[in-house]
Amino acid sequence: MATHNLKHALFCAIVTVVIAYPILGLDLVAQGTQIGLEGATPTTIISIFLAAGIVFLFQLFRDNIMGNLGKLPKLNPLSGREPMPAEKRAKVEAWVLTGIIVLALFWPFVVSRGAVDLATLVLIYIMLALGLNVVVGLAGLLDLGYVAFYAVGAYTFALLYQYFGFTFWMALPIGALLAATFGMVLGFPVLRLRGDYLAIVTLGFGEIIRILLNNWTAVTGGPNGIGGIPDPTLFGMEFGRRVKEEGNTSFHETFGIAYSGEHKVIFLYLIALVLAVITALVIRRLMRMPVGRAWEALREDEIAARSLGLSRTAVKLSAFTIGAFFAGFAGTVFASKQGFISPESFVFLESAIILAIVVLGGMGSQIGVILAAVAVTILPELAREFSDFRMLVFGAAMVLMMVWRPQGLMPMRRIPIALKRQE
Amino acid sequence: MQDLLYFSQQLVNGLTIGSTYALIAIGYTMVYGIIGMINFAHGEIYMIGAYTALIAITGLATLGIAWLPVILLVALICAVIVSSSMGWAVERVAYRPVRGRHRLIPLISAIGMSIFLQNYVHLAQGSRNIGFPALIDGGFRFGAPESFQLSLSYMQITIFITTLVCMTLLSLFISRSRIGRACRAVSQDLGMANLLGIDTNRIISATFVIGASLAAVAGLLLGMYYGSVDPLFGFIAGLKAFTAAVLGGIGSIPGAMLGGLILGVSESMTSGYLSGEYKDVVSFSLLILILLFKPTGLLGKPEVEKI
Repeated sequence: MATHNLKHALFCAIVTVVIAYPILGLDLVAQGTQIGLEGATPTTIISIFLAAGIVFLFQLFRDNIMGNLGKLPKLNPLSGREPMPAEKRAKVEAWVLTGIIVLALFWPFVVSRGAVDLATLVLIYIMLALGLNVVVGLAGLLDLGYVAFYAVGAYTFALLYQYFGFTFWMALPIGALLAATFGMVLGFPVLRLRGDYLAIVTLGFGEIIRILLNNWTAVTGGPNGIGGIPDPTLFGMEFGRRVKEEGNTSFHETFGIAYSGEHKVIFLYLIALVLAVITALVIRRLMRMPVGRAWEALREDEIAARSLGLSRTAVKLSAFTIGAFFAGFAGTVFASKQGFISPESFVFLESAIILAIVVLGGMGSQIGVILAAVAVTILPELAREFSDFRMLVFGAAMVLMMVWRPQGLMPMRRIPIALKRQE
Repeated sequence: MQDLLYFSQQLVNGLTIGSTYALIAIGYTMVYGIIGMINFAHGEIYMIGAYTALIAITGLATLGIAWLPVILLVALICAVIVSSSMGWAVERVAYRPVRGRHRLIPLISAIGMSIFLQNYVHLAQGSRNIGFPALIDGGFRFGAPESFQLSLSYMQITIFITTLVCMTLLSLFISRSRIGRACRAVSQDLGMANLLGIDTNRIISATFVIGASLAAVAGLLLGMYYGSVDPLFGFIAGLKAFTAAVLGGIGSIPGAMLGGLILGVSESMTSGYLSGEYKDVVSFSLLILILLFKPTGLLGKPEVEKI
């Protein structure tokens, strides 16, 4: 054992105690107008020192541990297997996807209302994550203000309803197009910037939108938000118990069935499902089209791509605009689902969550991103008592993913296209 | 006269805030200058510095020590030690393993670290904001007593002096000391510095430690100035400081100081003459405009794209 290792290990252990003890071990508590200091529970103190001990041992035997780790058998039993032939694989994938969609269509009729509601939220996140995936995963542009476009979609519907009485179906394309316009207008000047500057500028833009929504009280209602946003209708049939709008009929009366609050929830879920499937399919198509190839080419090597004649601005702008478009889609559905929106829903953390979904799923990989969206939305609901730890785990997971598996859980595979030899 | 006093008041407030932004901005600019990444978690390190200072102050008050210089000195030392250890650990855990990979990877890792630290403090100390005792109160007042008075508090003077001392020390350190010279060498050419026998890993760690220490000083000062801390308090301040660093030209230390002061003054002018709610909008718009028209900042060197 080299003394160097021992010194380093001791240093690391001391640092662990120094950074953990003051924040974790000493609690600031309000005592009337004064604040006092309280020691934490013995368990906390013990765990701090335990952690320091573990750090010490790990650093001490670091070389041995790292050496042996390489010799361990691979965790993934499939890693050594021959990859399936591309054509067969594509077929299997298509069947699995169709199966999942069919299952998703019938599923809401058997489960509880709460579960359907949650599933709608999952679908909204899937739309958002797929949209951001175009920007971050495919085009390699780090957008930290993505939630701004989501907010544009949601507020477009809310405001159009409030001032002009627009319905969901009229507002849906307008919201998405307006979000896309915002993306284009923002993108035009900023896309010349290099990666990390772009991240900060988009972050600033997201904050500006939120602050404006918060302070422009006369139009947006400020922090109080906008309420009473209507549900979507089915060919003029409303899902409420009573018809609100003149000329509409209600769903249960038309079909002669008993009124149930579940109809509305299921209908919304189905709309979200259809929109999510459309999003996935459109983006899947785009990925195989020249524009999709151009995104990836620009991400991989900007100079090479430009020297092959790709216009940097046009390619990046298309990715940015398409990403914003789907965020607007998701925003409109979100506004309709909640019935109430306020700037609270569009904070930076939301952008970070969507980014985390894309990163965890594997940048660029559609299936990975969809699975990650499901996991990230449902896991905290299942473990409600740990919900405080949700963001802590998120942050840690983002760091660990970048260190160990930057390609994500299900890395993107290039969709292969082989030219058939003509006879 | 009245208007002039009002204007000077905004100027004083702006310079106070601006000089603390400059202290935080140093951390961003030094790290960017050396390894070319945005240390997103820097704002959180500053927040942890403020919390540690508050814990130290409260601890001393519980022990019954009331002599102001001792309290401030101990709080400062504690904050600097904890923050710089944090800065060191963050670099070791989250940045060193991903160094040299694609640009987005360290950035995402840094965002993850920032979220992690925010929630670490949130879980340990609660999400509500905690009052920070005003240890230094009182000040000078100028102007006729019945009209608008320009007030210059002792706290503001303390902030100016501390910032000035820190900046002078830092400049001396960078220009005279062995590590400072190594820092400059590494920021010019990391690979070459490595070949010439500089332990670049150590220098990068040193950069993080220096940046974190200055952030801790800013944490103590701004905590006292604003009178409260909460776990989210580092996020916006970090963004502002980053804006300041970009404004002055990222990678340049005098630029960070200049950028901080400009940003602080433009913010306080906005709150003074327009509305306090829009001051963040103004600083972010300033950032966007600077990046569009002069991406190298005021004092930055143009970056040549290598082909």
